[in-house]
Amino acid sequence: MPKKLKFDYKGSEFLDKIVKLSGEIITLCDQCGTCSAGCPFVEEMDITPSQIMRKVLIGDMEVMDSQTMWICASCFTCTVRCPRKLDVSKVSEALRQVKLRQAVDKMDISDISAEEAKRLPVIGLVSSFRKLTG
Amino acid sequence: MEKIGVYLCQCGGNISNTIDLQKITDHLKKNNGDELIIKEFSHMCSGAGQKLITDDIKDQKLDRVVIASCSPHFHEKTFKAAMTKGGLNPYVMEIANFREHCSWAHKSQPEIATEKAKDILDASIAKARMDFPLEEKIMPLGDKVLVIGGGVAGIQVSLDLADAGQKVTLVEKLPTIGGKMAVLTKTFPTEDCSACIISPKMAEAQAHKNINLITNAEIENIQGHRLHFEAKIRNKARYIIENLDMDQCLICTKCVQECPVTTNNYWEQGVIDRKAIYIPAVLAIPFKYIIDPDTCLHFKDGSCNICEEVCPQNAIVFDQKDEVVDVAVDTIVVATGFDIFDATEKPVFGYGKFKNVVTALEMERIVDHISEKPAPPRKIGNRIAFVQCVGSRDEQVGREYCSRVCCMYSIKLASLLKQAKPEKDIYIFYTDIRAFGKGYEEYYKRAQKMGIKFIRGKPSHFEENQFSKKVTLTVEDTLSRKIIETDFDLVVLANGLGLSKSTDNIIDFLKLAKSDDGFLKEAHPKYKPVDTLVEGVFIAGAVQGPKDIPDTVTQASAAAARVLATLAQKEFKLDPILAFVNQEKCDGCRLCLDNCPKEAIIMNKNGKAEVNEALCLGCGSCIASCPTEALDLYSYTTAQLYNQIDAILNNKQENETRILIFADDSCTYRLADALGVRKMKYNTDTRIIRFPSSGRITPNLMLYAFKKGADAIMIGDCHKKSLRVPWTSQVALQSIKKTNEKLVEAGVEGDRIIFHEFGAGDLNIFINKVDEISESLKTMDKITSETKEKLCQRN
Repeated sequence: MPKKLKFDYKGSEFLDKIVKLSGEIITLCDQCGTCSAGCPFVEEMDITPSQIMRKVLIGDMEVMDSQTMWICASCFTCTVRCPRKLDVSKVSEALRQVKLRQAVDKMDISDISAEEAKRLPVIGLVSSFRKLTG
Repeated sequence: MEKIGVYLCQCGGNISNTIDLQKITDHLKKNNGDELIIKEFSHMCSGAGQKLITDDIKDQKLDRVVIASCSPHFHEKTFKAAMTKGGLNPYVMEIANFREHCSWAHKSQPEIATEKAKDILDASIAKARMDFPLEEKIMPLGDKVLVIGGGVAGIQVSLDLADAGQKVTLVEKLPTIGGKMAVLTKTFPTEDCSACIISPKMAEAQAHKNINLITNAEIENIQGHRLHFEAKIRNKARYIIENLDMDQCLICTKCVQECPVTTNNYWEQGVIDRKAIYIPAVLAIPFKYIIDPDTCLHFKDGSCNICEEVCPQNAIVFDQKDEVVDVAVDTIVVATGFDIFDATEKPVFGYGKFKNVVTALEMERIVDHISEKPAPPRKIGNRIAFVQCVGSRDEQVGREYCSRVCCMYSIKLASLLKQAKPEKDIYIFYTDIRAFGKGYEEYYKRAQKMGIKFIRGKPSHFEENQFSKKVTLTVEDTLSRKIIETDFDLVVLANGLGLSKSTDNIIDFLKLAKSDDGFLKEAHPKYKPVDTLVEGVFIAGAVQGPKDIPDTVTQASAAAARVLATLAQKEFKLDPILAFVNQEKCDGCRLCLDNCPKEAIIMNKNGKAEVNEALCLGCGSCIASCPTEALDLYSYTTAQLYNQIDAILNNKQENETRILIFADDSCTYRLADALGVRKMKYNTDTRIIRFPSSGRITPNLMLYAFKKGADAIMIGDCHKKSLRVPWTSQVALQSIKKTNEKLVEAGVEGDRIIFHEFGAGDLNIFINKVDEISESLKTMDKITSETKEKLCQRN
């Protein structure tokens, strides 16, 4: 069963945030699919670039769990083809920024023993915590 | 001394309940003594009110009339008629806008409203003192019309006008009339044969006694203005003699059989070839041969004259010359139509590179010949894709607009193909299907029922297979979210529509305007859709924007009706509110020439500027550029405006603030009227002066206003898009810049001049703008009297 989505202020806030971060007016998207069909990496993605645009527009937070934004190579094929002159790769970048700022640590410090921690360089530890973010 | 009659209208209480008219009378008497004849009446616009004016003109021998009543946009015409009836020139009358700009807008503050009314009336009287009689020049009108473009629009306009008895010259650049419609196979949604509908009309246009048909012709120049134009038309040589007793072409086809040159027939979109001597189509009108000098070997290197040899009638003349015809007309209808989008502009489609990517017009001809026996001229495979929005709704190629017809013609071509060859597998790739017309949605449904597959997605990638020549499309089906990559035997591009390139010359000659989409701009998008900003020039069909056939024909008939309405007046009055040059003051510096895009200012033989009254629109933009104040505008003379500014600020007390609003007549002044009608309150410090356009303002006028006590100035004009005279705001901004420099020089602080372009509905914006100024004035110091003295030389 597809989950029901509510149109609420959270969704709108999310859209506004992405619009602000990316500088792209996502509500302009016509959903023509040009970006997806031209994308050289679309086969590696779980959802297509045009779906990213749609999900952000309707405030569907599930978009944050998709892999697409991490696969996007910012090659700008979509950007030069979009009939509405939207920059989809900037939207991907905005989503990545949001995800990174959630600062999810995928490693638990309590899993590391004190001895191990002594031997590891500090900077290496920090980056390990953030490594699998997203 | 002038004798001025001042009439105060109570407007059945609308004015007198707010404004104390007795106080106004006392004020006038105090300032002017018994010089004025002042009368108060309940309804000045009524018969009795008008009689008051006409009687006084006769009995009291009035020279000027001032009426304090509603907005001039309500009853100016009424009162002008009364003036004429009384025997005075209608241009020595002024209306003080008491109702809309005062009693209604400031209904809740009767005392302040009365004070404001005094200022308004004083200004009107000051202006009236310097009014002088103006004559409306009358120009005769004939019955001649030039129709440019022989497509369905041009033919319809010509026939309608010719039937009504007008003398029409119909000019077409190609050797045959009929335009794009004659090329189409069938029309949507009825699927009746396009050629069968248009060919009787084409024949009628040729045979009509009131139509002079000139084909294979080019317009070399159009001169003239308003309702008198002279066109130079080059009728290009066909190299064939017709209509002579001895050497007449009998269309025996011998020349065609012998001609060694084979080339693409543009009329057939390259689907069928033609010879260098040819008739473009079976339904061509006029049905005459023509030699194409670009491909004919005789014109290339003189190596061939076979057709001349074989012609039994000696009808071929290689040294025939172009004929140049001069036509004088009263009105012009531009119906030059559209060109389809050149798909090579966007290389991703592969058009021109891939063999099996064709345009929709080519497809029209392919489908037209599809059932030909033994075989159609162009073979197409079974898997066919239509790609929508090629050169429409695509900002990458600078075309934001929807071309309106592509969805329907693609559905039509697909349906016709499916009916003729049911084995074809047809896909239409679309973003949105726009089936807006009568019977269109039903037609779309029928196509779906036939099994034509509609896929929602725009193909992004086109690739040609080197060997099979099939075209691979990559597209996202945006509904199932699958990426589809598949081969097609034929890809049909649904090219969008753009203004035809041949229109560019016409635009130059007639100084027409384009709208943002690149098509010709109409005078008003709602109620003047076939007029242009140039008087006497009308537009019909796809030059104004993409259109299907029914809309084009409707618009063509509308244009014909507008031409008839114009010409039926038999004469035409020139509005006397025009610029004029004081010859003594003019020093021939030519600066004004650049400020008039209509090129209405010319240099006369004395080396001084002169206004061509037939071209001048009366916007006043030239005046700001004149360093000697030689240029001026009738009815809004510089002297009058100084007096008006003087009078409107004269009653100002030391502690009061004044925001002077120079309101252009067509937008800002009417906007203030609308505020009054809706009883919407706004700042009572405002004083509005009516202007022909914002271009009329000059730095000197603004500086004078500040000197006389204005604290801030707001200048209003129309939105550039809706402007009748689109350059005025530029001029105003320049004047403002100069004024600001002077203000800084004199040591006046703050941003005191505001310019805004108002639309008709911007009621709240107007109120807010005024409030903003008022707020910012509170933070500024008053302009001291010493500073004021520095501002302006004039006293």
